[in-house]
Amino acid sequence: MDNILLKVKDLKAGIDGKEILKGINLEVRPGEVHAIMGPNGSGKSTLSGVLAGDPRFTVTGGEAYLGGVNLLELAPEDRSHEGLFLSFQYPVEIPGVSMVNFMRAAINAKRKYLGQEPLSASEFLKLMRQKRAIVDLDNKLASRSVNEGFSGGEKKRNEIFQMAMLEPRLSILDETDSGLDIDALRIVAGGVNKLRTDNNATIVITHYQRLLDYIKPDVVHILYKGRIVHTGGPELALELEERGYDWIKEEVDKKG
Amino acid sequence: MAYKSSKQQYLDLYRDNREVLEDHSVATLNACRAAAADVLAATELPRRGYEGYAEADINAMFAPDLGVNIAGVPFRVDPSGAFRCAVPNISTLTGFTANDVFTPGEGLQTRLPEGVTVCPFSQAEEHCPGVLERYYNTVAPAGNPAVALNTLLVRDGVLIHVGRDVQMDKPIQLVNILGGANVDMLAVRRLLIVMEAGSSLRLLVCDHSDDSRANVSDAVVEVDLGPGARLEYYDFEESSAQTSRYSNIAVRQDAASHLDMNVSTLRCGTTRNEITVSLDGEGAECNLGGMAISDGSQLADTSSTVLHNAPYCTSNQKFKYIVDENGRGAFEGLIRVAEGAHHTEAYQNNRNILAAGTAKMHTQPQLEIYCDDVKCSHGAATGQIDARALFYMESRGIPKAEARTMLMQAFMADVIDGISLEALRDRLRHLVELRLSGIHAGCSTCTPVNCNNDIKND
Repeated sequence: MDNILLKVKDLKAGIDGKEILKGINLEVRPGEVHAIMGPNGSGKSTLSGVLAGDPRFTVTGGEAYLGGVNLLELAPEDRSHEGLFLSFQYPVEIPGVSMVNFMRAAINAKRKYLGQEPLSASEFLKLMRQKRAIVDLDNKLASRSVNEGFSGGEKKRNEIFQMAMLEPRLSILDETDSGLDIDALRIVAGGVNKLRTDNNATIVITHYQRLLDYIKPDVVHILYKGRIVHTGGPELALELEERGYDWIKEEVDKKG
Repeated sequence: MAYKSSKQQYLDLYRDNREVLEDHSVATLNACRAAAADVLAATELPRRGYEGYAEADINAMFAPDLGVNIAGVPFRVDPSGAFRCAVPNISTLTGFTANDVFTPGEGLQTRLPEGVTVCPFSQAEEHCPGVLERYYNTVAPAGNPAVALNTLLVRDGVLIHVGRDVQMDKPIQLVNILGGANVDMLAVRRLLIVMEAGSSLRLLVCDHSDDSRANVSDAVVEVDLGPGARLEYYDFEESSAQTSRYSNIAVRQDAASHLDMNVSTLRCGTTRNEITVSLDGEGAECNLGGMAISDGSQLADTSSTVLHNAPYCTSNQKFKYIVDENGRGAFEGLIRVAEGAHHTEAYQNNRNILAAGTAKMHTQPQLEIYCDDVKCSHGAATGQIDARALFYMESRGIPKAEARTMLMQAFMADVIDGISLEALRDRLRHLVELRLSGIHAGCSTCTPVNCNNDIKND
């Protein structure tokens, strides 16, 4: 049995008729951490958006399977139920929807999908309390509207809190380090590490090596112009940090 | 199609049945009919497209051949079971108006405190002499043809009088029920609220209707707030697609009086709400708000006019609409600051969601300022459901339909949160959730056993 959690094959996608992903191939196994790095505009956020089902993007070719399930055929909510989680680069503020109602709707929708009974109010609040501790999320934030008035760091912590609640098989962290100071970065990365098991996997999308000091990748990919142009071990990230992206660009552009 | 004026049948009805009507009414009302007939004869009921009537067609609303209860035939009311009670258990002090016939509940008859009167106009002289005569038809805009139609044909109404410095803590609920007759009815309703200096009152008015017939109501509400008086007035319509409602609420506020008013349409057929507040005394304040959910082929149309006629007055308005399917919404809001009304603060806000490409929203905010040294603002915005928020919620596993419902409910949250009556606020939150989930906003917990029994804050 091939033990592949995420299998992406020749995935092509774009926005408003402009092709951004030009054939992505990627395999992620349970227990692994993959980092996807690349210069601005290379398609990193498009890849995460396409996998999560962001309606702004149009898939024009290829395949994506999560644990054998064809992701591209599923509505975003069902992708979530199948165990995919996207930590947003820019978490959305939803005034008037409380974190509690938001999270309860999410948890109970997943339980329904899995044929389980909804959680009782007390079970749910207990779960909230447990998971909040993982990223040190203040109870006050949990009782407010979703992300409304949260600082940049609080929003990212809230993303990891939601990840802890939903217990995904595959988490994609899209630029989770952007806008974080060093303390917040530690808390967020610490939360991600606490949630790692042998059965789940993480894709860390980042511009900088910095986050990878805290979340150690097994595999590092470099995305450029909609294709993965290099794959290597953790040392590849260090090399990028030292040399920048120009040598990659030159190498690829020379090949045409 | 040739234009047909619908007012004539009512002028004819009045001319042919004047004696019967006047025999079943009271002198104060009868004294105003001739002038109302003159107004109606000289004007036209507004049609769609008239200035200020971008959507509602008042002429068409009154065009059908409708029965008017000029002889005061009583309608049977079974408060516990005859109608869908969408807002139950708010008050034990409840009165029912079946079409145009008012019946006070037991609480209103026996448990009102000293200084508070709730009675039909026909008993007004007995309970508070002189009040009806002094205030009736003095606040409503007499030149408005739909108001003139009401004044022409109204046979009875409800008077609420709160005496000087009387604080009425318990809320009063008036339930209007339309239908139940064997013809299509025009219910001509009138409510007069007189609050003496320093008094206070919380009032909930609910409009329901029988589903079976094309019924129409023409309701005129006049409110006079004396110096320092405080009124919370909640008006909720939860009727049916066959119902047409014309409502004109006119308020006159004396110095330092305070009004909180919420006029909301949860479900309707065709509804036109006209609200006029005159801030006539220094330091008067009013908060006007409301929401409407319009889908199917409903029309929810509200026109608000706030007249700042005195210095140091404050007004705040917030109206929100969700229009879906082939539903239509309209909001026309005017703030007029008169010469001399310095230190006015007047704010108006209208926000709307177009939930479908086929739905339609018309909004027309207006400011007329004839005085310096005022703070005024108005804003209107119409948009779609936030696609980013929707995707964010879906990505967490919340099904799209549920996410949409949650977002629409969130959109209405601040209007609901503005209601100070807690039991009503909770109830309304629930009703809006049901409504937006596509469930009929009838009262699921309301059976004849527990309907209108004890209340939370009684």
